Amino acid sequence: MSTQQKRSRPRFGPLATSPGPVPDLDVDALLDDRGTGIIVCCGSGGVGKTTTSAALALRAAERGRKVVVLTIDPARRLAQSMGIERLDNTPRPVDGLRTNAKGNRQGGGLDAMMLDMKRTFDEVVESQATPEKAKQILENPFYIALSSSFAGTQEYMAMEKLGQIHADAQADGSYDLIVVDTPPSRSALDFLDAPERLSSFLDGRFIRLLLAPAKGPARMMSAGFGLITGALNKVLGAQVLRDMQTFVAAFDTLFGGFRQRAQKTFELLQADGTAFLVVAAPEPDALREAAYFVERLGEDRMPLAGLIVNRASPIPQGTLSADEAMAASARLRKREPGSLTAGLLRLHADQTRMVEREALLRERFAAAHPEVPTAVVPALAGDVHDLAGLRRIGQLLAGA
Amino acid sequence: MAAPTSDADWSRVRLHVVTGKGGTGKSTVAASLALGLASQGQQVLLCEVEGRQGIARMFDVDPLPYAERRIATGLRHNGTPPGVVHALHIDPESALLEYLSMYYKLGRAGRALDRFGVIEFATTIAPGVRDVLLTGKVFEAVRRNSRNKGAISYDAVVLDAPPTGRITRFLNVNDELAGLAKVGPIRSQADTVMTLFRSPRTVVHLVTVLEEMPVQETADGIAELTRAGLPVGAVIVNLVRPRDISPADLEAARDGTLDASRVATDLEEAGVDVADGLVDGLLAEAHDHAERRALEDAQRAVVAQLGRPTYELPRLAGGVDLGGLYELAADLKKQGLA
Ligand SMILES: Nc1ncnc2c1ncn2[C@@H]1O[C@H](COP(=O)(O)OP(=O)(O)OP(=O)(O)O)[C@@H](O)[C@H]1O
Ligand SMILES: Nc1ncnc2c1ncn2[C@@H]1O[C@H](COP(=O)(O)OP(=O)(O)O)[C@@H](O)[C@H]1O
Ligand SMILES: [Mg+2]
Ligand SMILES: [Mg+2]
Repeated sequence: MSTQQKRSRPRFGPLATSPGPVPDLDVDALLDDRGTGIIVCCGSGGVGKTTTSAALALRAAERGRKVVVLTIDPARRLAQSMGIERLDNTPRPVDGLRTNAKGNRQGGGLDAMMLDMKRTFDEVVESQATPEKAKQILENPFYIALSSSFAGTQEYMAMEKLGQIHADAQADGSYDLIVVDTPPSRSALDFLDAPERLSSFLDGRFIRLLLAPAKGPARMMSAGFGLITGALNKVLGAQVLRDMQTFVAAFDTLFGGFRQRAQKTFELLQADGTAFLVVAAPEPDALREAAYFVERLGEDRMPLAGLIVNRASPIPQGTLSADEAMAASARLRKREPGSLTAGLLRLHADQTRMVEREALLRERFAAAHPEVPTAVVPALAGDVHDLAGLRRIGQLLAGA
Repeated sequence: MAAPTSDADWSRVRLHVVTGKGGTGKSTVAASLALGLASQGQQVLLCEVEGRQGIARMFDVDPLPYAERRIATGLRHNGTPPGVVHALHIDPESALLEYLSMYYKLGRAGRALDRFGVIEFATTIAPGVRDVLLTGKVFEAVRRNSRNKGAISYDAVVLDAPPTGRITRFLNVNDELAGLAKVGPIRSQADTVMTLFRSPRTVVHLVTVLEEMPVQETADGIAELTRAGLPVGAVIVNLVRPRDISPADLEAARDGTLDASRVATDLEEAGVDVADGLVDGLLAEAHDHAERRALEDAQRAVVAQLGRPTYELPRLAGGVDLGGLYELAADLKKQGLA
């Protein structure tokens, strides 16, 4: 990196680190806009989606919104401090919100819940089927696998829950802002793809065959089907196929309802009141995922509010370059092996290198997506596990 | 780096399974371990099963097919010629087709399976089948038999495995299948695989960083693996910050009582221009670092309580490129894991 670039890099404040003319993400404007009804935090795993959603929800509540945050997998201490360590699949009020100088929060409030994927699925089955039929489904090994480990079920259920909370909030006015965390999938796209994946799976050729082997369009089909069932029985044993058939038959009548609701939630996500925030760490994989996601939102006409680069290395002060710092550190260490200043210089060199690398990664992202408003949140020295920590992240998000 | 040393002996291990919380560095550690083993002259296969092409990205090669590709050579060490690292990207569909053609003469039925979407069905939902296939292929690579003619045989296989939350279930295909395929060839294959996985030829290493959530997950993972009778290997602490500032100085940094004038004098003597708020900047960096280090030390103590051989890898400030992988490999070798 040239000295000129280095000098032109402003030194303080998280927003000041945006490379080039990237627009700043105005978080407070987003939170204060009564038209914002849903905020979805997406991104690949471990980047800080849960932390960011909780921090945004808290900030919005303390600015007067009636907020519910749907978290997926909060760290234990964070869950404790929000009073949601018990998984009961219903929003619970969060205590300890800060009041403003006048001693109120302008009517704002915060509820939080942690998603129980299996329970959400079970509840949907129970609400859609007769008790006997529900029981039959809930006990089927294929249903158990689908509801507890199918890649995408967690995303699907997060959507399902979002749909439920939204419908309830519309009906009784309990919330005016829903903040949604998304599951820790490897790809941010999973959140959008999961419902479709599940329905196309349940709509797949094989399932249709299982449902109506006799009604196949031609003899060819049933001949093929016989071969298949023969092969499967040979490989898996006959019980498996029977379980499969029971499951598919039982599930078929339910599925129309599922699909319809997923479609409605998808439309909700496309509506104006929704804002997607893509969270990424300043790492190649995370930013690549973020870029895919941004492109995908565009294709699906879903409203992107901006990018949050979380856990950025804080910008070191001064203009001492990494190489100079390392050289000076080596000189000092030669004289005095345990030199404190040598250690400090080494830290400074590492920090500078990381900041430069991250800036480069962000520049690459911005080159491909220059229009995406961005907020940069530095890595805090400590963990974020209580309301004070969330408040701090909220301030940094807002550039305040 | 002054990392904890261990006299554990891993030389008889044929299958190194590398797991950890998402994003802690499983893939990086698996790749470094493979390089480290190759630097001892071993022929190594590095496998991935999550469909992410992480190996191709790390080694900067084209996306890997379902075939073993030579991707790197270990470093020459004490005159021993280095071994080679091959890589394999295992996807369940290909594994199922290969499996069927290897063990069954299905003929037309085999093709029909694909045409009717059965392969997709079996590999996406049929409980456990996916994991049976993935682990089955890993098993095949470890225990090459006469059915796979002309295949390379390896001294060690390194698996970039699913994350801690899914690892026990993944390796424990037997239990998964219990409710499902009670008889039949898949079941007996699963039993053979379990025998290898539970033997001292297999170890499951857990990668973590020194933060609360990943360390907690590591502890839970070890307990779960142990309960399932799976052999827990080492804990590999990744992304460790430098530890060259003394405990007393760290404490002073946290309290804000570091001697600024001493630092300024040192800097001047080392020929560094101290204008521009450099000293204040260094002290502020020191404060944050010291706070992070305190958290790390607390978590390091928790890791020590886990009672597993522990290895540490530094956080490379420039990120991990191929050179970085060799650097980490050398570090693992020095500490005795590879
Ligand atoms: N020792 C290290 N020094 C610097 N960067 C590292 C180190 N180890 C890993 N990284 C970086 O951290 C990021 C995550 O690492 P990696 O992909 O290996 O993690 P993973 O556990 O395999 O993640 P996933 O759960 O997504 O598969 C990568 O960008 C990698 O280059
Ligand atoms: N800006 C930050 N500074 C310091 N720690 C952070 C920051 N953002 C997140 N963390 C920590 O990183 C860990 C992972 O964050 P989390 O929000 O659970 O990620 P995700 O939901 O994307 O998997 C948590 O321990 C959290 O406290
Ligand atoms: Mg999360
Ligand atoms: Mg990986």
